[in-house]
Order: sequence, then C-alpha cells, then structure tokens
Amino acid sequence: MDYFIELFFSGLTRGSIYALIALGYTMVYGIIGLINFAHGEIYMIGAFTALIVSTVLTIYGFPLLAVIVLTALAAVIWAASYGYTIERLAYRPLRSAPRLSPLISAIGMSIFLQNYVLLAQTSDFQPFPALIPEFDFMEPYAHIVGSSDLAILVVSAIVMILLTFMIKFTRTGKAMRATAQDRKMAMLVGINVDNVISITFITGSALAAIGGLLIASHIGQINFYIGFIAGIKAFTAAVLGGIGSIPGAVLGSFILGLTEAFATGYVSSDYEDVFAFSLLVLILIFKPAGLLGKATVEKV
Amino acid sequence: MLSFKDFKNGLMVTLWFVFLTFPLLVIKINPIEKSVVWRWHNMLYVACGTFVFYVLSRLYLARKRVVQQKIKAGIVKDKVDWSAKLFSEPKLYIPLAIAGGLFSLVFPALFSTYQVNIMIIALMYVVLGLGLNIVVGVAGLLDLGYVAFYAVGAYTYALLNMHFGLGFWTVLPIGGLLGTLFGLLLGFPVLRLRGDYLAIVTLGFGEIIRLILENWGDFSEGPSGIANIARPGFFGMDLSLAMSINYMYYLTILMVIFTIFVVNRLQDSRIGRAWFALREDEIACQAMGIDKMKTKLSAFALGATWAGMAGVMFAAKTTFINPASFTFLESAIILCIVVLGGMGSIPGVIVGALVLILLPEYLRAFSDYRMLVFGAVLVIMMIFRPQGIISTVRRTYSLKD
Repeated sequence: MDYFIELFFSGLTRGSIYALIALGYTMVYGIIGLINFAHGEIYMIGAFTALIVSTVLTIYGFPLLAVIVLTALAAVIWAASYGYTIERLAYRPLRSAPRLSPLISAIGMSIFLQNYVLLAQTSDFQPFPALIPEFDFMEPYAHIVGSSDLAILVVSAIVMILLTFMIKFTRTGKAMRATAQDRKMAMLVGINVDNVISITFITGSALAAIGGLLIASHIGQINFYIGFIAGIKAFTAAVLGGIGSIPGAVLGSFILGLTEAFATGYVSSDYEDVFAFSLLVLILIFKPAGLLGKATVEKV
Repeated sequence: MLSFKDFKNGLMVTLWFVFLTFPLLVIKINPIEKSVVWRWHNMLYVACGTFVFYVLSRLYLARKRVVQQKIKAGIVKDKVDWSAKLFSEPKLYIPLAIAGGLFSLVFPALFSTYQVNIMIIALMYVVLGLGLNIVVGVAGLLDLGYVAFYAVGAYTYALLNMHFGLGFWTVLPIGGLLGTLFGLLLGFPVLRLRGDYLAIVTLGFGEIIRLILENWGDFSEGPSGIANIARPGFFGMDLSLAMSINYMYYLTILMVIFTIFVVNRLQDSRIGRAWFALREDEIACQAMGIDKMKTKLSAFALGATWAGMAGVMFAAKTTFINPASFTFLESAIILCIVVLGGMGSIPGVIVGALVLILLPEYLRAFSDYRMLVFGAVLVIMMIFRPQGIISTVRRTYSLKD
C-alpha cells in the first residue's frame, strides 16, 4: 500500500509540473491557435536561469531564503522576457500568414533556443542545488512523500488558483477570454489584441519557469534538452484535457502524470516516454477534442 | 531611408537583448567547483549583432515597402522573381541542368574518396528532401517524424541482411513498401485531424520508433546498433572499397534522377493538382469533389515510401546503423532543407540540401553552430522569404494578343 501511495504522490507531483507547462500551451492555443513549440524551451531556460542565479548568489554568500526568493524572481522574469521576445520576433510578423508558417517558425525557434543554451552554457547535465529544504514536520512520512513533492503540490496549487482568479475576475483576464472567443470582435470592442497576446505569452512563460525551477530542484539535474520531452508531454496533457481549455489542461496533466507514475512503477521505466506518446496518438484518434474541449467545426 | 527614430528603436532593442541574454551568455558557472566566470565580451557581441541585424532588417522592410508602393501606383511592373524566371525559361534552365548532370557524372573522377563520400550524403538528403517535399511542400502537411520512416527503411535492410542475408536490390523495394505501410498506418487515423495536430503526432511517432529501437534490444540490437551491413552488390563482383564508394555514388545519383522524374511527373498529374489544391484551401477543394482523406493519405504514404528507400540506401552506404542516427534533429534538418530551398520547388530542394549539408562539412569551424543556424534559418525564412530560395513556378496560361 505504501508503494501505491508513493507512486500516487509522485504522479501528482509530475502532474502538477506538467500542468504548469500545459497551461502555457493551452492559453496560447486558445488565443492564437498556434502550437507554441518553443514553450518547452522557455521552461528549460527558466530552469537554467534559476541554476545560474542560485549558484552565483550562493557563492556570494546570500542566506538561503534570499537565494530562493531571488532565484524564483529571476527565473520568472527572464523566462517571461524570452516568451515575450519570441512572440514579437517569430510569431507576430506571421499573424496573417498561412497556418503552416508560424508552426515552422515555432519549430525553428525551439531548435534555436536549445542550441543557444547548449552553446552558451554546456551540453552536460548540470547538478541543480536542492532549493527546497527538508521540512521537519514531514519527517514521519518521508519514506512515502518527500518535502519537495509537497512543496511542488502546494506551490502549483497556489499558482493555479491565482491564474484562475486572474482569468475569471480581472480586466486582463476578461480581455483574454474575449480574444480567445473571437479576435476580430474583441478588436471591435476596443481590446488591444496584440497586448493581450503578449500578456498571454508572458503569463504562460512565467508559469513554465516556475515549473522548471520546481522540477529542477526536485530532480537535481538539468541539461539543455529537458524542454523537448517535457514540452511534448505537457502538450499531450493539454490535448488530453482538450486544448484551449484551462481546467482541461490541469485535468489532463494529472491523468498523464498518474498514468506515467503507475506505468513506470508497475510495468517498466524503459518505455516511460513511449506511454505518453502512445497516449497522445490514442486520444487524437478516438477523442480529438479532448476530455473537456469542444469539438469545433470549420465554417466557411 | 532610416530615420532617427529607427536608430532610437534600434538602441532600445539592443538594450533589451543585452538584458535578455545576460544570465545565459555572460555568466558561466561551474556548480561542482562553485566558481563563476564572467564573460563580458559576449555582451558586446550581442549588442553589436543585435544593432546591425535590426538596422539591416529595417532597411530590407523599408525597401520592400517602397517597391510595393511603386507596384501599387503602377510606376513599375510587378517584377518576376529571379529564381522563378530562371526555372520558367527552358533556354535558361536546360543548359544549367545539363551542366549540373555532367558535373555530377565526372565528380568521382575529379575528387577524392572523402569528397565523394560527403557528396553521397548530400545527395541522400536531396532524396529525403524531395520525399518530404511531397508531404510538406506540395500537400502542405507538416510531418515532423519523417525520420521514423527513414529508420524503418534502414532497419529493414539491416535486419533482413543480418538474419536472412537478403541483398540490397531485394530489400530496396521492400524498404519502400514498408515505409508506405507505416505511412498508411500512421496517416490513416491522424490525417482526419487539423494540420497542427498532425505535426505533433508525427513528432511523437518519430520518438516512439526511436525509443523502441533503442530499448527493444532483442529485435534491433539496442543502442549499440547493427554493424557489417552488406554494401550493394554489382552483378556478384567483388569491388574494392574505393570502387564500391564510387558505385554507391552513381546509385545515389540514379536514385536522385529517379526521384526528380517521379516527383515532377506526379506534380503535373491529377493527384498532384489535387495536392496543390488541398494545400491552398481544403474546403474549396472538397467542394470540387476531391476526396480529402485519400489525397492526403496518398501524399503522406508516398513521402514515407521515399524515406524508406533512402533509409535502405543509408544503411547500405554507412554499413552501420544505430538509433542515434534517427533523432528528431534529423527530421528538423530535412524540414529545414525543404523550407530553405522553397516549399514545393524541386530545384529549390536540391539547392537547399546541397547548401545545408555541404556548407557545414567544409566550414568545420562553423559546424558547432550548425543546428543554431538551422533553427534561425527556419524562423528567418518564414518571416522574410516564405517561398524559399527558389520559389515554385505556378503554371499559368498566357493569352497572346
């Protein structure tokens, strides 16, 4: 039973990280209908920025709490800046181009960013310091669920609640929903659509950076390639839940995380990635609209 | 041409990029020794590079706008693109094709075995590029797992040769057929979906194939790969190494010619017209009575056939294959060839493959930056020249008055 609970918690942890990335995919898709291939790279850049900043701060002797806060801030700020810049450079000029163009541009951006980090930093796995301390009150349960698992769950829950709040109740959130429903109509009622799209990219990137920071600290190592696999898996989760739907992305992520955790725990860990990809292919065959998505009909 | 405001914006953009690249490019950490190196010179490079690129792109866009205004006002006629002109005039392109053909025939006599080897690789990418061109360029289906079919072909030859001793010529059609089969298997469920789903599913499929090849050791020998694959035979004669490389070279040339012939004929056929139509407007196309599913599936499967055959040739050329040759990056390179050369354009894809494969081979110092440049090429081409180096010529009827 302990093993089952352990797997269950590890699935939840994975699921919440996937959710943080999948939200970015689903928000961008909801608004401009583009699969942002470079989103996984944003997550990786967030993790790398966190590694660099935390190492520098530790060397210059900052206290642990300051290191954690400043690292998180830096990761979020830089990842959001990258997200914003990517949208401005690679997607905005192609807003009225044929569908294939922004998609190819996105793939190019993803390859570019991967190799940029590879060349600027290193191709080796880098050890990542454990930023999340071991909590004393967790000690009796440490064999089932670690402190960092708990921290990941709590932080991502808070972030997701904040996001829901932002989308439901703020002016920006309203503008986002309006743009997602009908971009031209949103323009007509005086919404600055370009700004809304930028804000969507910034928000999504910030979420991905938090995910990157949390998972890097949990696993303890990163390299330039982590964004690729994580990106595809988060995309799978977003599709599973119904792309464009925010609760769908979260639901899909938890299902994917739990499936993976149990599959690797009880079956085999060699085929961990194969499970996720096969799941993606299966969903698209049998329920392309996802669990919570609406099937769309193209009208002339 | 450029106003003061442009320069001010240029400075702002430069400052933004200096900020953006600061942690990753300037700071280099060693987390094990806990040491930091500050690389301030990188900041200078970024600043200069950004500013120059910004000014150049502004100039380009300003010029483009001026030309477009003139065309609109009727001052100058809409100029035909130089590449389109070159390939629509038989007087211009026939001598070019003959010269290219002659050069490729005498190539092994003029250059060393090493050069011939590189050329074989480049020509294989020409075949792959032309195959993917059917899928991406002509039919407009973004296939990011093209390398999976390439792997299918390569492993077909390697395994059949290892277990049953089958030769190259027997396996070449089998590899092609298996490629088609996998294309149909994957395409059938997926092609009903919107284009961007296709991209990600093919990407996932490519990874599944690679992971299976890597992990299913009993079947594929796992990550260590399969060695000692037989080279293609020539009427049962024993060829020396140099001879067999030259032989391989001519085989590849033949394959390229065959591919060009088939693709060219296909483009002018009924189904080729249907592919173009489907790329431009799916709904209008269906209204014209074209079976969307069948047409898409035929493009997808045909592209996969070519990848399968190219895979067999690849295995025969290198005599050693392992799953590491079939990563996503390989698919990205082939896509980059098609995009750079010009989607849907046969000469474009040939030029694209030769440029992208030969340049990094000869500019060794630059080879570290290969993938970085490929990524940038995809983005820049989409923004500044979406039709590629050599754009396709739309067949048009001109009325003579």
